[in-house]
Amino acid sequence: MSKELEYLSRRVASGKLSRRDFLGRAAALGVAAPFANSLLSSAARAAGPVKGGTLKAGMVGGASTDSLDPALDASQVPFAFGKVWGETLVELAPGGGVEYLIAEEIGASDDAKTWTMKIRKGVQFHNGKEVTPDDVVATLKRHSDEKSKSGALGVLKGIDTIKTDGGNVVVTLKDPNADLPYLMADYHLIIQPNGGMDKPDAGIGTGPYKVAINKPGVKYGGERFANYWQPDKYGHADQVEIIIINDATARTAALQGGQVNMINRVEPKIVDLVKRLPGVTIRAASGRGFYPFNMFCDTAPFDNNDLRMALKLAMDREEMLTKILRGYGSVGNDMPVNKAYPLFTEIEQRKFDPEKAAALYKKSGHSGSILLRTSDVAFPGAVDAAQLYQQSCAKAGIKIEIKREPGDGYWTEVWNKQPFSLSYWGGRPTQDQMYSTAYLSTADWNDTHFKRPDFDKMVLAARGELDEAKRKKIYRDMGEMMRDEGGLIVPFFNQFVDATGKGVEGWVDNPAQELSNGHALIQCWLQA
Amino acid sequence: MSSPILRLVAQRILLGMVLLLAVSVLIFAGTQILPGDVAQAILGQAATPEALANLREQLGLNDPAWLRYLHWLGGILHGDFGTAQSSGLDIASSISTRLKNTLFLAACAAIVAVPLAVILGLIAVRYRNGFVDKLISGLALASTSFPEFFIGYVLIFVFAVHWQIFPSISTVDESTPFLERLQAVVLPATALTLVVLAHMMRMTRAAILNVMQSAYIETAELKGLKPFDVIRKHAFPNAIAPIVNVVMLNLAYLIVGVVVVEVIFVYPGMGQYLVDHVSKRDVPVVQAVGLIFAAVYITLNIVADIAAIVANPRLRHPK
Repeated sequence: MSKELEYLSRRVASGKLSRRDFLGRAAALGVAAPFANSLLSSAARAAGPVKGGTLKAGMVGGASTDSLDPALDASQVPFAFGKVWGETLVELAPGGGVEYLIAEEIGASDDAKTWTMKIRKGVQFHNGKEVTPDDVVATLKRHSDEKSKSGALGVLKGIDTIKTDGGNVVVTLKDPNADLPYLMADYHLIIQPNGGMDKPDAGIGTGPYKVAINKPGVKYGGERFANYWQPDKYGHADQVEIIIINDATARTAALQGGQVNMINRVEPKIVDLVKRLPGVTIRAASGRGFYPFNMFCDTAPFDNNDLRMALKLAMDREEMLTKILRGYGSVGNDMPVNKAYPLFTEIEQRKFDPEKAAALYKKSGHSGSILLRTSDVAFPGAVDAAQLYQQSCAKAGIKIEIKREPGDGYWTEVWNKQPFSLSYWGGRPTQDQMYSTAYLSTADWNDTHFKRPDFDKMVLAARGELDEAKRKKIYRDMGEMMRDEGGLIVPFFNQFVDATGKGVEGWVDNPAQELSNGHALIQCWLQA
Repeated sequence: MSSPILRLVAQRILLGMVLLLAVSVLIFAGTQILPGDVAQAILGQAATPEALANLREQLGLNDPAWLRYLHWLGGILHGDFGTAQSSGLDIASSISTRLKNTLFLAACAAIVAVPLAVILGLIAVRYRNGFVDKLISGLALASTSFPEFFIGYVLIFVFAVHWQIFPSISTVDESTPFLERLQAVVLPATALTLVVLAHMMRMTRAAILNVMQSAYIETAELKGLKPFDVIRKHAFPNAIAPIVNVVMLNLAYLIVGVVVVEVIFVYPGMGQYLVDHVSKRDVPVVQAVGLIFAAVYITLNIVADIAAIVANPRLRHPK
């Protein structure tokens, strides 16, 4: 029987049998509909992409002030539309590592200071011109110029020179950096003709779709680019569209009503309801974003490591995860990185231990209540999270006083200004970037005031180390140091929760960003 | 038409124009008092002294304020609102599509809401204090009391998700054919109608009831006219002025105050456009939209005034 079913499902996938007929025959064979449906979708994946149709995404994160200049992309919609019309040198591969796009290969000198990128031949821009190393150089130069106001400026700051060398582009760095390929995957660095110097917002790139509709804050559309260089992999639908739906309920309704095929940002509160809608699939991918409780390591009473450890042990991470994120996340381990990062090693998971916390709290000599500041804008559920924490601390005899701050001004007046507050980090593509952004002594955004020369040395050593095993070891030590001596309590890492409607196939979970790192529109297809 | 009416009407129009000019001064002055400098705002952290000086020159910021105001006003009179700082797009052309969308939605809502409100008001007066009156008032007040977003969600749930007869997303553009456009705005227009209905209906009812106390209504009743004819022929024409006033107020609301409905139904109108630019501190756009909204308000109020003047029999038939 199962053989017959499999045969039939393959016939559906190749279009020789209708879905309805298949379900009818499956029922005749005594197979329940859900199982028959799942058989169908695996057959669809195996049969490969279906070309044609219009794939539509309803997304939050766009405004009428957005422009097509990739240097200025700062929210979800310009990010995702950038992936539709443009390509970077490399991409972050779903399983870690990089996927080579416009760069065919990237190699480093032994000191990790000189990097050579071989530019792929035969890749065409939408205007018919072929991508040359000069275009790549111009792009990198434009983004490393302060005037471009590029979001990738910080990433490119370490670059000393950018030159062409035959079919290659050679980049030299001021200091060794083994992560350069990952930096080139930054979503701002879309390769444009002459680097976009002539018209930064022309929307001409090498992506699988040409820009057809450009209405900032309303709608974007792409039409398949006939000369795209890897048509088997990306660009299955004839057209793709992004409709900006900033209201969460309207977004869900649009998916439910079939007006869009996928949506981003399903709120954890309603995931369980959305899951039950017919034809809708929840796509949750664990990411690099986390919601920390930040303590200033140099401000009393948090300058005492026993007190910091007591506060870490008094966090009930499992409870936080189930109550605040409804399970759509993973427990944190008091360090800013997790297994979504390359070169990550698991370290023993910290558990809720009120007795030990109480003992350490007593040892620290602190008495009286501890003021914790929170706000709705820190992250969804931040006020509830603070209250849950207050209760779990009470079990260890630690008294927490909660101050709810107004959302307006939280990021300027409270975060990075007050010694104990809740916050949000979206994560970075590599461990080096995450640590450099927020945990180096000199970092502007050192929001735990973690200032340790020995730690800084480890960051720099790891950055210049090309031997992966050695690097991994340094990162493990750094993680351990953060976990045991740092100023952050990490209850959980959140997941990107997206949803797709009926017939959307080809989804790949990707920890880098939501909507499969923005690739959902170009890699998914519509199964009839 | 006799001269006193014409004179009064001309006076109102002139007054409206003076008012609009005053508003434009206020808007311009308001954005000038804002701390910081436009050139600084555009360049942000990357501002070097030379770049700042160049941009100030280019934007004419070195001129005295009154000269800049005159330039700005002159540009607007020629239909030139300048360019948006954030996206670099021409403001006039971005606004024109959005304004058309907003007016279309407002018109659709008004075409249903105004006659419906007036007719319901008339019916309520005819059966005043009876079951029908209470039912109409109750329903209208209930629909107004619900917040707009709630009405929007209920409409989406019933018509877009459950029955799937209307789209929940009302995104339209210039190429959308008229019938499709009409279909797209059915739900948002219904939501708006429900929101503004009660105000106009209750005002119609109150205004007519007021007139109904007059002696000539009693005369009309005594000479044997049907109750509805009394209302239609004798009470309603004398109650027009307050009704027109409240109708105009609601029309103005339909044009300038519907950002919540726009967001829920993803309708590309003026409200969302303004909110986006306010959050980016894009001053030229905020000035332009502010002025347009002020013009809408003033124009509709002038229309209300003129209607009240024209509807006044004492002015229409001077002794």
